[in-house]
Amino acid sequence: MYKEYLTVSSISGPLVVVEKTSGVKFAELVEIELGDGTIRRGRVLDISSERALVQIFEGTSGLDVAKTKIRFLGKTQSLGVCPDLIGRIFDGTGRPRDGGPPVIAHEYLDINGNPINPSARDYPTEFIQTGISAIDGMNPLVRGQKLPIFSASGLPHARIAAQIARQGKVLGKEEKFAVVFGAMGITFEEANFFINDFKNTGAIERAALFINLANEPAIERISTPRLALTAAEYFAFRLDMHVLVILIDMTLYCESLRQISAARKEIPGRRGYPGYLYTDLATIYERAGKIKNKPGSITLLPILTMPEDDKTHPIPDLTGYITEGQIILSRQIHRQGVYPPIDVLSSLSRLKDKGIGRDKTREEHSDLMNQLFACYARGKEAKELAVILGEAALSDEDKIYLKFSENFENEFVRQGETQVRNVAETLDLGWRLLSRIPRRELKRIREEYLDKYYQNAT
Amino acid sequence: MNQPKIIRVSGPLIVASGCRGARMFDVVYVSQERLIGEIIELKGDLAFIQVYEDTTGIGPDEPVYLSNEPLSVELGPGLISMIYDGIQRPLELIRKEKGDFVQRGMELPALDRQKIWHFNPRVKINQELVSGDILGEVVETGLIKHKILVPGQVSGRVIQIQEGDFKIDDVVAKIENAGKIMEIRMSQRWPVREPRPVKERLLPDEPLITGQRVIDTLFPIAKGGAACIPGPFGSGKTVFLHTVAKWADADVIVYAACGERGNEVADLLLSLPELKDLRTGRPLMEKTVVIANASNMPVAAREASIYTAITIAEYFRDMGYSVALMADSTSRWAEALREISGRLEEMPGEEGYPAYLTTRLAEFYERAGKTVCSGSDGRVGTLTVMGAVSPPGGDVSDPVVQNTLRVIKAFWGLDDKLASSRHFPAINWLNSYSLYHENIQEFLTGKISEDYPKLKTEAMRLLEEESKLLEIARLVGVETLSLSDRLILEAARMIREDFLHQNAFHEIDAYTSLKKQCRMLKLILGFYHQAGEMLEKGKALKEIFDLPIREKISRVKYIPENKPEEFDLLEKLIRGGAGE
Ligand SMILES: Nc1ncnc2c1ncn2[C@@H]1O[C@H](COP(=O)(O)OP(=O)(O)OP(=O)(O)O)[C@@H](O)[C@H]1O
Ligand SMILES: [Mg+2]
Repeated sequence: MYKEYLTVSSISGPLVVVEKTSGVKFAELVEIELGDGTIRRGRVLDISSERALVQIFEGTSGLDVAKTKIRFLGKTQSLGVCPDLIGRIFDGTGRPRDGGPPVIAHEYLDINGNPINPSARDYPTEFIQTGISAIDGMNPLVRGQKLPIFSASGLPHARIAAQIARQGKVLGKEEKFAVVFGAMGITFEEANFFINDFKNTGAIERAALFINLANEPAIERISTPRLALTAAEYFAFRLDMHVLVILIDMTLYCESLRQISAARKEIPGRRGYPGYLYTDLATIYERAGKIKNKPGSITLLPILTMPEDDKTHPIPDLTGYITEGQIILSRQIHRQGVYPPIDVLSSLSRLKDKGIGRDKTREEHSDLMNQLFACYARGKEAKELAVILGEAALSDEDKIYLKFSENFENEFVRQGETQVRNVAETLDLGWRLLSRIPRRELKRIREEYLDKYYQNAT
Repeated sequence: MNQPKIIRVSGPLIVASGCRGARMFDVVYVSQERLIGEIIELKGDLAFIQVYEDTTGIGPDEPVYLSNEPLSVELGPGLISMIYDGIQRPLELIRKEKGDFVQRGMELPALDRQKIWHFNPRVKINQELVSGDILGEVVETGLIKHKILVPGQVSGRVIQIQEGDFKIDDVVAKIENAGKIMEIRMSQRWPVREPRPVKERLLPDEPLITGQRVIDTLFPIAKGGAACIPGPFGSGKTVFLHTVAKWADADVIVYAACGERGNEVADLLLSLPELKDLRTGRPLMEKTVVIANASNMPVAAREASIYTAITIAEYFRDMGYSVALMADSTSRWAEALREISGRLEEMPGEEGYPAYLTTRLAEFYERAGKTVCSGSDGRVGTLTVMGAVSPPGGDVSDPVVQNTLRVIKAFWGLDDKLASSRHFPAINWLNSYSLYHENIQEFLTGKISEDYPKLKTEAMRLLEEESKLLEIARLVGVETLSLSDRLILEAARMIREDFLHQNAFHEIDAYTSLKKQCRMLKLILGFYHQAGEMLEKGKALKEIFDLPIREKISRVKYIPENKPEEFDLLEKLIRGGAGE
């Protein structure tokens, strides 16, 4: 039996102070029994000789100083894992919420995991074809990459994430794969959108969902992504599956973290977020990857909404500093009615270089991509000039590029929500757009590829 | 004596009582699991300890063991090609013993104790030696002869030394001083927070050749210099430092991946064994040491990692080598400092960083330099330090950037705009600078070309004029500029696109020798001058721009280093009037 404490001395925000403790360990799991017998869970955040500071996952509403009983469980928060997690829906703390039976765990894994030894990492190189040109052509995703979507309120990030989950595949391979979905604080409607999409495509049979909704305790959200990733690690590195993890919305996760930090009266960093936000996010994002001599992988697609569409806000900023690139959605392109409204220039995939080229996509992919970037950037510059001076003031060259950038957005970036463009189609489309630019301008492409693929249309 | 014990655990910070007599920065072992920690504050008999491993499951009343030794690294044969965590634990070995995930409570020796090295003495019996003298050599890899140095505080007469096969713990020599006999082994320990002594500091006067055109030509760094490369995420800090690690003409590379991505370390470990050293053709791994404390590894070990790295770098410098250290990213180190400082409840300074951030940064960068090494043979070593800085939102008013600027002499500012239009390296030529131009001028005019400095100055001037002209053009349109101004715009564009732009992933473009850099620039400026003359003679601008030589110039970056004759042809063409 665990020793029970009735010595709660203060409750503040999500935190409870328990006095006269002994034998309590850092980060250990805590059970809290309320006056009415309901049970909540929590975790030790700070422990000294006489007292322990405990964070309550489900929040402290309804707790009182007099009747609350505290039991320290002598273990850390863990997830019971087994293959049957697949096909199930859980709440933000890992309890079934689909009305199904409890899961019979084969083993319990600490939800914080352990860092992958850097020397054990296998560098991701397998191209995932998402069927979306703006991604495959310009910012390709590879297996084992962590590539967030930087979105903003009102933009179709959910639809894009669902499209990637639906269409994403490694060419020429049929392998065991799974989707793990972690939702932090999203609305019922948004959660439903994903669940229905998974159901309609049959993906639900290969998915495990951990869902904390907007009206559910905010503090729970600290655990949700860790539960999802613990399940993903189990699928990937024990069951040899290729796992796609979608985490939405990391902004709300960070807000919960800020709430705890504020309750602890820590010295805040930028915009009130704790100074250790970078490290904390890294312990989530870095769980993606591949391991040498193991067939499985974790590809991570976190979604966050940029407050005020600002990518220098600490949440997108620190995320960008950890992840291997980012897909940024643009309100301006969205307003032009382009789906998917991906801002190609500010998006980036850092692992693309070893994932594309001969035998992977096509020999000229890298050169073509660089050239498309350069031309599109130049066209956008011309567009800015045109706004100030009027289109008439542009040089003939600038006009060519301006036209190019418009075509690029309308023909290359724009596509249907269910349309799969295979990578060859995407590259051919790129060449078609370049055909309206004089050959000598295409400095980023090797002569041999120009000889082979370039056709002048003017 | 009472056993020190834990009275508080708060994340990576532990407070222990009963620590009277302990010293600042001494190593301690926490709990039965013997987690490694370091004392960072003492108050009465309380010691505040930063723990280099996860403290989950540790609680009050558990024991703390004092080691009475400061945090140190082990130095000796076997360092090269290793990959260590922030406190010099061998990650490859840890993986072999404990699996793919890093667990805590592991104490493994940094150097292989079983491996046998062939020791070649360089001194004779009865020779008088002082600390820092070279006792002998070990061929460590195809690229590095490891010099065995007389350790600090030791001097005297050699009474025993011989050639032979030894393990690092074996005695290879004995030195006698005033009747006292000291045994010398091939390995020694050194406290990481203490700079290794040097005899004299010299002015850096030779460039570190990186093969990166924007650096070597416009913003060079000298061997023994210090530089920083700040920039927002995705602007190219890591790719740049990796590229320099691969191509720089330093004898030894120490790469500290400090609080960054695990995959970047994997990338480095994947490419270094395959890439060949330019001078010898040996794999680059044979001259590299990697310190990897990824962002999800314990934060206190991240704080220590750059000291571990720079101490190893100093050790090779002391052998008389040119060493280059890359730290990616010093911001993550500063954040670790801030996190620990916050837990100590210290008074925060700017942006929550502790007030001593300034001194810590200065102390770190001051360990760079060109020096006469300790010992009596006057050999010279250099330690060049390059640090990435990752300021929030890319904003260079960040305290880490600002404090770094005070101590470095080359500033390579990365620009988000350039990066998003895929102009790499995205080093902004308008706000970057180097204070080493004069130091290395003699080297350049002597070894490369008499007019190299002049070419650089002219290129810089064109770029600056371009930015002013563009400003005007933005307001009133390009067409209103004079013809000669429009020629300047075109020349500056050629400098940017055909010279500064350099693709780190292109087999030829990735590296450019100084000679080739000089010739490339000469071609572009030669074209500019010829074009000026044509313009004066009344030729139309458009016709000049459409000359076939322009496209040829745009492809000179892809001329292999071993085909300089292709340059001759173009140079002749330019001299003869640019193929008019
Ligand atoms: N010299 C270069 N040549 C070609 N591509 C480059 C070059 N430098 C950077 N890139 C591109 O930019 C991407 C981002 O670069 P990098 O990872 O070095 O950024 P960073 O500044 O280190 O970002 P972070 O601060 O997030 O670590 C690379 O993945 C690569 O695609
Ligand atoms: Mg980087």
